[in-house]
Amino acid sequence: MRAGVLRAPSPLPGFGLSFGIMMAVLSVVVLLPIMALLGRGVVIGPAELWEMVGTKRIRAALSLSFRAALIASVFNLVFGLLLAWVLVRYRFWGRRLIDAAIDLPFALPTAVAGIALTALYAPNGAFGALLAPFGIKVAYTQIGIWLALIFIGLPFVVRTVQPVIEELDREVEEASATLGASRAYTLRRVVLPTLTPALLTGFALALARSVGEYGSVIFIAGNLPFQTEIAPLLIVIRLEEYNYDAATAIGLAMLLISFAMLLAINIIQIWSRRRIGDV
Amino acid sequence: MSEVSSIARTPSVTTEPRLIRTLLIGTVVVLISVLLFAPLIAVFSEALRQGWVAALESLTSPDARAAIGLTLIISAIVVPFNAVFGVAAAWAITKFDFRGKAFLITLIDLPFSVSPVVAGLALVLLFGANSWLGAWLIAHDLKIVFAFPSIVLATLFVTFPFVARELIPVMIEQGRAEEEAALTLGASGWRIFFTVTLPNIRWALLYGVLLCNARAMGEFGAVAVISGKIRGETTTMPIMIEMLYNEYLSVAAFTLAAALALLALVTLVLKSLLEWRYADLLAATRRH
Repeated sequence: MRAGVLRAPSPLPGFGLSFGIMMAVLSVVVLLPIMALLGRGVVIGPAELWEMVGTKRIRAALSLSFRAALIASVFNLVFGLLLAWVLVRYRFWGRRLIDAAIDLPFALPTAVAGIALTALYAPNGAFGALLAPFGIKVAYTQIGIWLALIFIGLPFVVRTVQPVIEELDREVEEASATLGASRAYTLRRVVLPTLTPALLTGFALALARSVGEYGSVIFIAGNLPFQTEIAPLLIVIRLEEYNYDAATAIGLAMLLISFAMLLAINIIQIWSRRRIGDV
Repeated sequence: MSEVSSIARTPSVTTEPRLIRTLLIGTVVVLISVLLFAPLIAVFSEALRQGWVAALESLTSPDARAAIGLTLIISAIVVPFNAVFGVAAAWAITKFDFRGKAFLITLIDLPFSVSPVVAGLALVLLFGANSWLGAWLIAHDLKIVFAFPSIVLATLFVTFPFVARELIPVMIEQGRAEEEAALTLGASGWRIFFTVTLPNIRWALLYGVLLCNARAMGEFGAVAVISGKIRGETTTMPIMIEMLYNEYLSVAAFTLAAALALLALVTLVLKSLLEWRYADLLAATRRH
């Protein structure tokens, strides 16, 4: 595209119509509500917002949401890499079933996942009863929140890393082996660096999703203020009290986290394109 | 796959020792069973705890029927709407070069990383009684918040990127040459779209529609904030599940949940079929 030209000439028709539909829908469905949220924040004023976000209960909820999402996403980073590797490289009975099942958290409504996990891990549930003698409580504790977020974020790393492993050139690994590298050394120094951008992208996507997750968490969390109350739940509580200003303050803080994640994902992708070409 | 099986038989430098392989496969099978299969089984076994009759009876209660009807109507509106938007967005983005394209793609992806609850909150602030738009709507007796239109809007927001996201990589990969050839042969714009582009993208489109539908029927957070939870009126299936669950009507809650879980299973089966049969046509899709 030449500098100074907004749109490069193209012989194909339909730019006006398709671009028009896209911008109209994007504006009404996504941008207008986001603007309303930002606008409300401007009306409230930054000092007030900052003060509200600083109150103990909101700070506790935001930090819990972020911490739990971080823990779950780190677990999913490691487990997702393992899953992707095993699914692409090994042949075993049931591989296709597991491969298809990976997307279950995408397809299963979050409320369904929430009550199912709670039924399993409640003190009288199948897994809860097994863990109880060891003094491990999962439902209605922070561990329950981690579990729900692990469930929700599971597919992201697998699905971003899997295609990259599929396209890995085995000859590179052979070359590394003929040069005397052990298998572990090859994996660490040859394979892992190639997978890093995809791993980071999957991690960021999982993190972004789990920070804002609501449906699957609220059933299993117990929802005690300062202990197991996540930020999205506090928004719902404040809205039910018609405290729109406090809800806006939490919402804006979470929106800021979302924007930071999107920025991070874009930066990772630009960086990986520069490093190993367009993936 | 003969290459792979020969690797499995003979020790090779490009795979791990047998013991490690077995251990890793075992870990994966155990973790997936605990994390994914167990909750799925739990849904169905809790639903059938008091037998088939009780489960089916709870599905035919007026509240459950209203919830199922509402969810079906919502997805019947949202999915075609997002399909049209997705095709339009993919056409504009992949067939033309213009400034700010990357930024536009980021905006389309925005709903993926915004919390559904924040989306619901934004809609309440836009249309609620406190905003000037909300006040105007109330003065003209138009109900949006805590009514049907807001559920549609919230569902549109969260499912917004699905179709476009599947189509864009496929259409980038396929390029513009076929459309340009059709143009030189004198085909009109719509003819190019229906006879050249659409056949090329139909499986990716179906794939996107499938995912969009699963999310539309199952959305909870955004709808929970904005629906007002008026029984029989604004309770979609997921909202109804929450209400029943909180009233300790476990069988009724899990039966509705099982209905949605069945939908999820059908979605997964169709998705896998599409991926196995049309792997090459969806190849670009699997990368996101």
